[in-house]
Amino acid sequence: MHYDVVIIGASMSGLAAGIRLAQFDKRVCVVERHYAYGGLNSYYKLDGREFDVGLHAVTNYVPPGDRLAPLNKLLRQLRLSREDFDLRPQRVSEVRFPDRRLRFNNTVDELVDSVVTLFPRDGERFRHLLSDIQAYDDIRQEHPYQSTRKALADRLTEPVLIEMLLCPVMYYGCANEGDMDFTQFVTMFKAIFLQGLARPWGGVRTILKALVRRYRACGGKLQMNCGVEGIEIEDDRVSALTLSGGTTMTADVVLSSAGYFETMRLCSRPSSEPESEKPGRVSFVESIAVLDERPSDLGHDATVVFYNDADTFDYRVPEGFIDARSGVVCCPGNYETCDKSGSHLFRATWLASYRHWAALNSDTYTAAKRSCEEQLVCLGDRYIPDFGDHVEFVDTFTPCTIERFTGRINGAVYGAPKKKLDGKTHLKNLYLCGTDQGFVGIIGSIISGISMANQYCLRDP
Amino acid sequence: MLEKQVKNIILDIIATVAPDAELSGLKGDVRLRDQLDMDSMDFLDIVMELRKRYKVEVPKEDYQQLATLDSCVSYLSPHLQAALASA
Repeated sequence: MHYDVVIIGASMSGLAAGIRLAQFDKRVCVVERHYAYGGLNSYYKLDGREFDVGLHAVTNYVPPGDRLAPLNKLLRQLRLSREDFDLRPQRVSEVRFPDRRLRFNNTVDELVDSVVTLFPRDGERFRHLLSDIQAYDDIRQEHPYQSTRKALADRLTEPVLIEMLLCPVMYYGCANEGDMDFTQFVTMFKAIFLQGLARPWGGVRTILKALVRRYRACGGKLQMNCGVEGIEIEDDRVSALTLSGGTTMTADVVLSSAGYFETMRLCSRPSSEPESEKPGRVSFVESIAVLDERPSDLGHDATVVFYNDADTFDYRVPEGFIDARSGVVCCPGNYETCDKSGSHLFRATWLASYRHWAALNSDTYTAAKRSCEEQLVCLGDRYIPDFGDHVEFVDTFTPCTIERFTGRINGAVYGAPKKKLDGKTHLKNLYLCGTDQGFVGIIGSIISGISMANQYCLRDP
Repeated sequence: MLEKQVKNIILDIIATVAPDAELSGLKGDVRLRDQLDMDSMDFLDIVMELRKRYKVEVPKEDYQQLATLDSCVSYLSPHLQAALASA
């Protein structure tokens, strides 16, 4: 079968690219290895309950009106309505460090007030930082690498404030350990603090179903349980895709949302990559408790808490299974409103080491998961008295789970540290979209799919 | 007559690609980009809709002809006239 465009992966970015192309009558097919769509943002059912993977929050939340905001732009490009995503804003979130709590919601004033109260000496400097960030063009203009730690230290004097600002931004999108590029920091800072957090009423499946519905309505073809086993090459072009089951497919253009290194592994002749470029390592474990009551009825009303038990924040792959000294707690029930499957959840996410998890056998793997669930109860006790007594059900996913369902090397949730912003590969008709092209998060992935489809399949060359 | 028809075609396309745009009171001689907060992605959609609906191709070097509603009408009228006649 021949298509104008074949897209590897029914991910957020793959589906968004597919919609753009099908909308303008391109013959397009999305192939997905698994029975579930979504890729790094998906959901699963267990014990009659539904759980999200990936999504704690949709960042970049803005009300209607600002037509150039990423959220509104992508809805327009995909011809979806705000009702399709059904986003419910957060109430309040926190960055909790020893003796300090920075609070923020979807108005920037709350954040400014909180910073000024906690760090009066840096109040004015923080306001300057905010206007620098607002004026910074992180989208259209290219900037050389700049250390965020240094950029913040140049503008602020309170070291703990710097750590507290880095903490949520790194957790929600940093593929690098220790430090990050300032341009990427600005993108994520705007997404989290200047725009805001929200959750689709029914969790990630609300968005995925809207994308699949729209894609199919435009005439796009979606093949599930259909993995790409090989990318065949002639000269400097993809000549065919070999699919699981041995069939082949051809296309004028191939867009891959499988990840850069993951895509290269499929190529019959990969690109000769310089030594310095490596797949990402940052991965997470998440333990999820279903409680017998809503967290807010038990006294915990923060939507997301980024906690760190020291004054310095060390974002790196731990030397053990997980590092529970810092993490993210998300209670979907603490968004403005929420469906039944989300309302009683208490989710804890920690940095994790793929290497440690991958070395286990099935018995020790289960034991390691149980030990994370014990950590979850300890952590829960800090927020909800007698937390353990309220737990009805618990489940854990690990870097190995992520690798199994997404094919991502090391279960690296944010992909490779070095992004390929132009989406190009060593082959003339093979392009990347999604996490390894540029932006992360749900809105970032969707924008990535849209812009790669626009640039390489719709615009005149 | 044709001018009005072409103008309606363009407005209809803008309403499709940018349903959140306020089209009443649109000025003919002011850049659409400035009046409607449109960006290059929106203009791409206008071009794609013209191709899809009327088989009218707007080459990249002519994109600037679509800057205002008036310039759209004068640039597109000859192209659309042929398309409408053959329809």
